Amino acid sequence: MTETLSVPLVRSGRMQRRRHSTVVTAVLAIITFCLFVLTMMVGSYFVSPVAVMGSLLGLRDDATADFIVKDLRLPTATAALAVGVAMGISGIVFQKLLGNPLASPDFVGVSSGASLFAVSAIVLFNASSAMISGSALVGALLTALIIYLLAWRDGITGYRFILIGIAVSEFMLSIVGYVISRAELYEAREAMTWLTGSVGQSGSGELRTLLVALVILVPVALVLERPLRTLELGDDTAKALGSRVEVNRVALIALSIVLIGFSVAVAGPIMFVALIAGPIAGRLTGPQGGVLAAGLVGAIIVLGADLVAAQVLPTSLPTGVVTGIIGAPYLIWLLATVNREGRGG
Amino acid sequence: MTSHDLRAKNLTLGYSDTDIVTDLDVQIPDGRITVIVGANACGKSTLLRGLARLLSPRGGEVILDGKSVQDMRSIDVAKVLGLLPQSPVAPDGISVGDLVGRGRYPHQGWFRRWSDEDDRAVAAALAATGTTDLEDRSIAELSGGQRQRVWVAMALAQDTDLLLLDEPTTFLDINHQVELLDLLTDLNRESGKTIVIVLHDLNLACRYADHIIAMKKGAILAEGTPTAVINAAVVTEVFGLACEVVPDPVSGTPMIVPRGRHHAAPTVVETLA
Repeated sequence: MTETLSVPLVRSGRMQRRRHSTVVTAVLAIITFCLFVLTMMVGSYFVSPVAVMGSLLGLRDDATADFIVKDLRLPTATAALAVGVAMGISGIVFQKLLGNPLASPDFVGVSSGASLFAVSAIVLFNASSAMISGSALVGALLTALIIYLLAWRDGITGYRFILIGIAVSEFMLSIVGYVISRAELYEAREAMTWLTGSVGQSGSGELRTLLVALVILVPVALVLERPLRTLELGDDTAKALGSRVEVNRVALIALSIVLIGFSVAVAGPIMFVALIAGPIAGRLTGPQGGVLAAGLVGAIIVLGADLVAAQVLPTSLPTGVVTGIIGAPYLIWLLATVNREGRGG
Repeated sequence: MTSHDLRAKNLTLGYSDTDIVTDLDVQIPDGRITVIVGANACGKSTLLRGLARLLSPRGGEVILDGKSVQDMRSIDVAKVLGLLPQSPVAPDGISVGDLVGRGRYPHQGWFRRWSDEDDRAVAAALAATGTTDLEDRSIAELSGGQRQRVWVAMALAQDTDLLLLDEPTTFLDINHQVELLDLLTDLNRESGKTIVIVLHDLNLACRYADHIIAMKKGAILAEGTPTAVINAAVVTEVFGLACEVVPDPVSGTPMIVPRGRHHAAPTVVETLA
């Protein structure tokens, strides 16, 4: 059975797949950048792309453009970008860890936990932005911990984690409903908009927290992508390859939870972004591409959804409405095909 | 191949609140094919997982080259000892080349990513398993036999002197079972790799093992060469099965012919004839 060695074939195959994934990731980065600029161009007053760049880089002295771009539109665009990247990365890390496309933090209740704590902070305590970020993070952590403990039985398997996650999610959402029913009308309305998820009304404090987290955690995610590639082969294989499974898994889960917690604090639980970004990125780059591409796809989805929600539709809507419209059919398709192929367990 | 010494001393292994393997001593013969057999739930897979430090011992220790594996860095163990688990998971859509390449993990560092040596190891693993032509194919498109060969290739790319396989033939047709065991024998004969396999099929185990370990209820009942160890009494003891043991017409190794309840009386057959 022994054949002759074909090192060149192996090398060229590997290089070709890597080049493909690099090119796709670069294209995604360019699209992200274009949408980012476009978000600052359009609105009730059109600003040309040159003017946007000029004002961003401080090259031109145009007070009107500066005000519109920097003060009005830049926070929204930055929030959409940051939230998209954070949700995309958070989602793909969960999905790869649990080996299941349904296992994203927005689907298994981590986002709901973050929402519950953030809404409680808004409605019950009239909290400051730092406190909202903090409570969303605590909520995400606590929820993940509850799911992890309930699903643990000599290890974690995808399906048990997801089913328990869905139950926990419903539990959290029912308490959210209770909290809102106790709120004043104005606060309840605000909380409902927030719960649908919107990048348009993010607080600057929460956004700053998320940006700092991204600057630190995106490089961490890229470093942890290597052990993640062993973990997605199953615990036994990962251990046999010398990967420190428990340490790496805790680190990756923590990374994912911090990202989702902070992004929920900024924009609310924009549904489906974490769920669909990873699989779309995987489809485009191939399975070797990964975390960065998923982050960029997340950013493209949120930026695009925000543009549609704010500009295209006759009345301005929260971003989450648009992602929901895209995401729900995808989820149905996913459930149908996962069951048919009998995988995902 | 450098020679290695893998052994267990007073090893106790278990899951949650049950001990599966108790106070077991074993030494894996270097450069040989060892096959572990036994009835379901006798602890054969558990022992294999314990030897590969996938399970931490409840008591005793697993010793690799004089050092307890629990005290070694996982990455150092993984350079010497590889394991193909019972049900590894292939990420969606991954190609054969990339999957086999993941076997190189213990040889790559945070900063030393991909080297010529890695490409050579992957090429060698593909060649040894006859999967070079599949390099660019997605795992999902492969047949069961091809897929199992690819997993073996991944374990080979890890380039370890010891290779442990947990029931590698379980989901394969008989022809692919023989093909895979032949392949493992090639690897052992050509490169002197020490191989430990957990197998269900006793006849194939007898045929391919240099050294056979028969387990019952978490303990070793008998071990040695198949010819010396496997006889009707031992099989009855291990599997609770009445049987005849005759020489395998192909290999001369012991071959087990089960009796069962309906075919136990040769005299009846004679009368009918």
